[in-house]
Amino acid sequence: MSTDATLSFEEAMEKFDPVLGFEVHVELNTATKMFSSAPNVFGDEPNTNVNEVDLGLPGVLPVVNKKAVESSILIGLALNCKIAESCTFARKQYFYPDTPKNFQTSQYEDPIAYDGWLDIELEDGTVFHVEIERAHMEEDAGKLTHKGGATGRIQGADFSLVDYNRAGVPLVEIVTKPIQGAGSRAPELAKAYVAAVREIVKNLGVSDAKMERGNVRCDANVSLRPYGREKFGTRTETKNVNSLRAVEHAVRYEIQRHAAVLDGGGTITQETRHWHEDTKSTTSGRPKSDADDYRYFPEPDLVPIVATREWVEELRATLPEPPAERRKRLQGDWGYSDLEFRDVVNAGVMDEIEETVAAGASAAAARKWWMGEIARRAKLADVDPVALGVTPAVVVELDALITSGKINDKLAREVLDGVLAGEGTPGEVVEKRGLAVVSDDGALQAAIDTALAAQPDLADKIRGGKIQAVGAIVGGVMKLTKGQADAGRVRELILATLGVEG
Amino acid sequence: MSAYELIRSSAADLAAKLAAKEVSSVEVVQAHLDRIADVDGGERGINAFLHVNTDEALAVAADVDARRAAGEQLHELAGVPIAVKDLIVTKGQPTTAGSKILEGWMSPYDATVVKKLRAARMPMLGKTNLDEFAMGSSTEHSAYGPTRNPWDLDRIPGGSGGGSAAAVAAFEAPLALGTDTGGSIRQPGAVTGTVGVKPTYGAVSRYGAIAMASSLDQIGPVSRTVLDSALLQEVIGGHDPFDSTSLTDPSTGLVAAARLGNVKGMKIGIIKELHGEGYQTGVENRFNESLELLRSAGAEIVEVSCPNFGYALGAYYLIMPSEASSNLAKFDGVRFGARTLPKDGPLTIERVMGATRAAGFGDEVKRRIILGTYALSAGYYDAYYGSAQKVRTLIQRDFAAAFAQVDVLISPTSPVTAFKLGEKLNDPLSMYLNDVATIPANMAGVPGLTLPGGLADEDGLPVGIQLLAPAREDARLYRVGAVLESLLESQWGGPILDKAPTLASTAATSGEVK
Repeated sequence: MSTDATLSFEEAMEKFDPVLGFEVHVELNTATKMFSSAPNVFGDEPNTNVNEVDLGLPGVLPVVNKKAVESSILIGLALNCKIAESCTFARKQYFYPDTPKNFQTSQYEDPIAYDGWLDIELEDGTVFHVEIERAHMEEDAGKLTHKGGATGRIQGADFSLVDYNRAGVPLVEIVTKPIQGAGSRAPELAKAYVAAVREIVKNLGVSDAKMERGNVRCDANVSLRPYGREKFGTRTETKNVNSLRAVEHAVRYEIQRHAAVLDGGGTITQETRHWHEDTKSTTSGRPKSDADDYRYFPEPDLVPIVATREWVEELRATLPEPPAERRKRLQGDWGYSDLEFRDVVNAGVMDEIEETVAAGASAAAARKWWMGEIARRAKLADVDPVALGVTPAVVVELDALITSGKINDKLAREVLDGVLAGEGTPGEVVEKRGLAVVSDDGALQAAIDTALAAQPDLADKIRGGKIQAVGAIVGGVMKLTKGQADAGRVRELILATLGVEG
Repeated sequence: MSAYELIRSSAADLAAKLAAKEVSSVEVVQAHLDRIADVDGGERGINAFLHVNTDEALAVAADVDARRAAGEQLHELAGVPIAVKDLIVTKGQPTTAGSKILEGWMSPYDATVVKKLRAARMPMLGKTNLDEFAMGSSTEHSAYGPTRNPWDLDRIPGGSGGGSAAAVAAFEAPLALGTDTGGSIRQPGAVTGTVGVKPTYGAVSRYGAIAMASSLDQIGPVSRTVLDSALLQEVIGGHDPFDSTSLTDPSTGLVAAARLGNVKGMKIGIIKELHGEGYQTGVENRFNESLELLRSAGAEIVEVSCPNFGYALGAYYLIMPSEASSNLAKFDGVRFGARTLPKDGPLTIERVMGATRAAGFGDEVKRRIILGTYALSAGYYDAYYGSAQKVRTLIQRDFAAAFAQVDVLISPTSPVTAFKLGEKLNDPLSMYLNDVATIPANMAGVPGLTLPGGLADEDGLPVGIQLLAPAREDARLYRVGAVLESLLESQWGGPILDKAPTLASTAATSGEVK
C-alpha cells in the first residue's frame, strides 16, 4: 500500500524537532441532535434517526440544543478555557453528500470556549503544558460508505451508501495551539493528550467517549523543523485516528516519513493523510491549503448564544472532580503502589478497575485481571485492553467463581475464552463447557488411587515423610481430571489416603 | 348569495356570513374553485395557480360546515378559503418554489403557517405562482409560465408573489399567503390594486418557507382589504419554537387596530428619498392625494430624511444573493427533487450535482447564486458582504432616527405601475429597481403594508401606497392603513377593484383542468 520511505525514529529525532497540533472531535451524548429534535442514538438502522431538519429538506430551520451548549461550556471549563459571553454560528460551505445542506453549521470567528490549557502527565511523570486555542460547537456529518473501487473513497466507487443518523449529532471540536518542545516524547504526548481529553469528557458525562465508535476522533497535525529554527515546517493532518495506540503510532510514523522526505532534500505536501491500522502507515488524502475557501458567513437562521456569567458559574459548580485529583483519590482507596497505579493508568484501564471494584470485586482482584490476563490478551491481539470486549461485570463474576472455589485460575482463563467467543456469561460458560472443578471426593479419590498406583515409589517416599513429593502426585491427579480439580483438596486427600499428617 | 357576490366578498364578510349560517363553507369554496376554473387556465388565463387543491379544500369546508352545524366553537376564519404561495411547504400538495428543480416534490411536513391555517380550519384552495425561488419582481421567472395581471393581461402582476396578488385581485381567493424578502408581497400588491403586509421580521414563523435570504425573508398576508390582512396575520403570527428568529410577541391587537378608525394626532413621515425623481407622475399624484386625505383626517404630515436608503438596493443585492447562494446549495438532486444526469462522460457525484443544477435552475437563480458565491469568497467577503452589513446597520439607524420623529412612514410602494410582460426581462438592473422603496424595510426588519392608492392618470393602472412602522408596531400599519383605505374608497365610491376590467372566461380555451 504505502511505499513511502521512513527514517528510523531515533535518526529522525537526531535531525528534526517535531511540532504537533491536535483537533479532537467529541460527540456529545445529548438525547437529541444539535439543531433538531431527532434522537441522537448510535447503531440504529440507517436513516431512522432523522427528521426533515437533518435531511436538509426545503424550508427547514435549525434550533440550538440547549443541553449541547451546556455540555460545550462544561468542556470549555474543564479545559480551563474562557467562555464567550456571546458567540455565533457560521456556515462552512462545501458540496459533499455527507452534509445534507451542503454546508456544515459550525462556529468560526467566535468559539464558545477559547484560551485554555491542560497539563499532560506522561508515563514517567513528566508533565507537558498543552495550550488549548479553542473549543467550538458544530454538527457531525452523515456517514458515507463507498462500495467498489480501489480507494475506498467516493472517487472511483461504484456507489456510496449514506446514513444520516449521524448527521446533526452535536460535536465539540477542541483545537490545541502548536505544541513545541515535545522532542522524542511527541508520540507519547500525542497519546497522552488524547487520552486526557477523552478522560475529561467521559468524566464530565457529556460524551460516551468511545473511540472505537467515533465518539472521540483525533486529527493529528505533525510538522518537522531543524533544531533551532523558529519557523514551523509544512504540516500534514492525519485524519480520524480512532484509538489511543493509533494516535501514538500515526504521529511516530508521520515524524519518520517527514524526516525521510526532508532529509532527502524533498518538501512536505500540505495535505490530509489517512491512517491505516493494518500497515501502521498513512497515505495521501486531499491537498489542504490554508486558503481553502469555505465561504464562511454568519448563520442567519440562528441568533447569538448568550452565556450569562451566572449560567457559566452555575455550570462550573457542577463540574465533577478533575481526573488528576480523582487519580490520587483512587490510588489511595485501592492501596496500589505508585508503580502499580501508573501501570494501570498507562494501560488505560483505570475506569474499568473502578467499575469492577464498584461492582463488588476487590481492588487486588480487579488489578490482577485487568493488568494480567486481559492485558496479556490485548497485547496479543494488538488492541487496547478496553477494546477487547471484557466488561467489569465479567471480571466480577470470574472473581466470584474463583473465590467460591467453583473454578480455579486455570479454568477461569478457559471461561474467559468462552465469554470472548460469545458463549455467554462466565456462569453460562462454566455450565456449557462443564468446567467446574471436581469437588466430588469420590471422583477425586478414584483419580488419586490411580495416580498412586502408577507411582508406588513416590507413594512410599511420602509415607516415609518426604511430604514435598506429594506435588508430583497432585500433578498426576490434575492430569487425570484435566485440570478440573481443586489442587488444595487433592493434596489433603492424598495425604489422608497415605495416612500422613500434612 | 350568488357566486358572484361570494367571490367578491371580503374575508371578514365571508366569516360573518358563515358564522350566521347564511352560506356554507362548501358553497364559498366551490364558488372560488369555479372562478379559478373560469379565469385561471388557458393561454390568456391569469395563471395564478400552480396547483388547485380541489378535493382537500372541499373536504375541509364540509368538515367546517358539519362542525358549525353541530354547534362547535370555531375560529373566526374557519371555512374561509385561502391560497398559499408555492414557496411554502404543504403536506398533500406539491411544492415547487416555481422551479423545475422541485418539480413533483411533495413535502413530508407542513410549514408552521400551514399548520396554523389547518388549526383554524381554513380550506386551502391551492398553491400560487411565483418567480423561481421568489427571485424576481414580475413572476416571469417562474419555470411554469408567467402570471398575468388581472388589470391588463399583457402586464406583469409584480413579483415574486404575483400569483398570490393576482389570485386575490382576480377574485380567485379572498386571502393568500405571500413571502417578502425585498418587496415580494408589497410590490405585487401595488401593481394589482390589492393589500399586502410584510410583518416585522420574526413576527411570523419562517419554518417551512423555502429560504431565499434568511435574514430578510418574511411570510405575510395578501388580501383585498386592510382588515382582512389583519385577520390573517393574527392567524399566522406568534412565536414558533421551530424558528429561532421568531419573536415571542403574541399576534394580537392587529384587528382591533384596523377597526380603530382614526389617525387624529398621529405623525406621519414622508421619506424624502423615496419619492420624486424616478417615480412615475401618476404614482406621485396618487401619493400626494393620499397625504392630503390623511392630513384632512387629522394626521400631521412631516418630511424626514433617510440618507442611507440610497445604498439599500446595492447592499441588498449583496446580502440577498450571498444568503441565497448558501440556502440553495441543498438543491443538488442527491436527496430530493429532480435529478439530471450529465449527457456524456463519467457519472461522478460532482457532475451529477452540476448537471442537476444546470438543468434545474433558471437564469435569474443562477445569476444570484453566482453573485452570492463571489461576494462570500475569501478576499472579497469584507469588501462585499461585510460592507453591505454595515450599510444595513446605517439603514437601521436611519429608521430609528425617523421613528424618533414620527409614528409611521409613508411612500409609494413601487416607483412605477405594472409594466408589460417581457419589457424588463433582459434588463435585470431595471427589474431590480422596482423594489427600491420596499427593500429598506427588509434590511431593517421593520413592518410594511401596501394598499391601493388609486389609478395612475397616464395608464389607468393601480398605484400602491406603502406604510412603514417600527419593529413590533405592526398594529400602527393596520390603524393608518384602514383609515386611508376608507377615505380613498369613499372618494372612489367603492373598492378599487370595482374599476378593474371584467375577466373573460378562459375555461373554453383551457385544455386541461388544473
